[in-house]
Amino acid sequence: MSRARTVVAASLGAVVVLTAAACAPQPQKSATSAASGAGSAACSINSPNLYKQGQLTVATDSPAYAPWFDNNTPADGKGFESAVAYAVAGKLGFSQSQVKWVVEPFDNSYAPGAKTFDFDINEISNTPERAKAVDFSTSYYTASQAVLVLGKSKYAGATSLSALKDAKIGVQVATTSYQAVIDEIKPTQQPSVFNTTNDEVNALQNGQIDAVVTDLPTVFYLAGSELQGGKILGQFGYAGGTPEQFGLLLGKGSGLTACVDQALAGLKADGTLDRLTSQWLASSANAPELKP
Amino acid sequence: MEHETTAELNQQANQQANDRADKQDHERDERADADYRPSARQQERERFRRARKRRNSVIAALCTLAGLLAVGAAAVASPGWDRVHSLFLNGAEFRKTLPAILDGFWLNIQMFLVAEVLILALGLLIALVRVTRAPGLQPLRLAATLYVDVFRGVPTLLLVFLVGFGLPALQLQGTPSQPWVLGVIALVLSYAAYVGEVFRAGLNSVHPAQRNAARALGLSETQTLRRVVLPQAVRNVLPPLLNDFIALQKDTALVAVLGPLEALRVAQIKADYAFNYTPYLGAALLFIAVTIPLTRYADRLQRRSALRTWAEAGQ
Repeated sequence: MSRARTVVAASLGAVVVLTAAACAPQPQKSATSAASGAGSAACSINSPNLYKQGQLTVATDSPAYAPWFDNNTPADGKGFESAVAYAVAGKLGFSQSQVKWVVEPFDNSYAPGAKTFDFDINEISNTPERAKAVDFSTSYYTASQAVLVLGKSKYAGATSLSALKDAKIGVQVATTSYQAVIDEIKPTQQPSVFNTTNDEVNALQNGQIDAVVTDLPTVFYLAGSELQGGKILGQFGYAGGTPEQFGLLLGKGSGLTACVDQALAGLKADGTLDRLTSQWLASSANAPELKP
Repeated sequence: MEHETTAELNQQANQQANDRADKQDHERDERADADYRPSARQQERERFRRARKRRNSVIAALCTLAGLLAVGAAAVASPGWDRVHSLFLNGAEFRKTLPAILDGFWLNIQMFLVAEVLILALGLLIALVRVTRAPGLQPLRLAATLYVDVFRGVPTLLLVFLVGFGLPALQLQGTPSQPWVLGVIALVLSYAAYVGEVFRAGLNSVHPAQRNAARALGLSETQTLRRVVLPQAVRNVLPPLLNDFIALQKDTALVAVLGPLEALRVAQIKADYAFNYTPYLGAALLFIAVTIPLTRYADRLQRRSALRTWAEAGQ
């Protein structure tokens, strides 16, 4: 009797678990079928591929830094990426008020499953490896890496990457800067990896690190407004000639990827992208090139 | 008087007789033990018990297996399984990133070992200061209480930030600039407050009679503390102490915010580089590999002390 009861209980348990599991999955959006037909209907403000109908939901991390954003308020249209997002929205037919910003931590942005945004704009470098997990739009900016030191530092006179070999270098986590430092500078000490550029600047001022390596516009911003007595050593390209290109991040198989590509192509063709680049990232142009 | 003496003598005689009888009983028992054979019924009973035990463990194993299979099947059958599998359980990514994560984990172990020694010393000191009654030590006692209140109340991550970026910002001579050293200082400050309270509970758990007895035997205050009170106190709080050290082992990952490449940070870099969460799994496995043996050991100590308590109560 007791044996029968145990077996029944065990199998009942298994059945319950299986049933619950079978019921749990959410109905999947049939996004893939719409992806191919990126015609006018699919790219309008009523596109069925939007996260919310009649609204463009754009994500970025918080805090959002200059010169990409202004004052941690992406919705004000100031800063390069904010401006690009609104320009893309405009090409897709959305008005300013139909763009809704949401916060998406970088670590979460590539999580599997449905996204809570239409696209994420957050200085995300497009690499083939990453593209296995998410969709990327075509590039809207090509970044080079740059080196920032204190003016009084013993590395302030360095003119080549090899001169920085023995420096303690700080990078921001989740940036390609880490790999750039490892590959291009080949430092003798492990780079320090910080959560935010703020932490990097603090460590630089405290003498905990000798140099900060990050993308050029950010270095200009740090030198201009966050760091007293900083010196930009120069810039260097990364990945053996393959430039680092920022793309908009979309969910894997998103029906909007083609639309966003179309919009970006339009912005390139009519010169808007160039205009925005020089408006917000102008100062980045004339940093000296650092050779190995 | 006379009566009493007689009674005493009688008692003694009885006692001796009893002792003899006991001894004889004992010897008889031993002889009986040597050629004791359980009855057929007893043997059947034991057989039945063994069979029942075997059957129970088979059922337990089968049910566990069935449960695991059901959960596994449910996971694999879910529509998102392929993506989860390639994003979280990617074998190639795991093999590629594990060596670097292991390198980082070595730093966690070092921080853990250094911090543990310092925490034990500082925690014990704080506890001792808090339980002493010497009136002259009142300022020190107040300071210790304040220390515990503050450092136990502040989140450890916040302490890591404050010590890691605040201490060097003071620009004092001799301030360590190594981020992991600063991290260890923050961990010691935080955990010494917890461990101090654990020690204090242990010291208070030793019955005052123990102290009185030790003093009555002629031991000095210091000897009493060292030979009587402390050993019992530490024995009583070993499980919670180990508990705190398991927590400490995991919290070494918080030091990542200061820049050093410990296991979690390495995993984060690898994960964010390739947009694949598998490295986090590798780091988790490493932490588990260290904390599970510690946890089992803590369990064993807890069981042993529980058994001891029951044995003492049963006397």
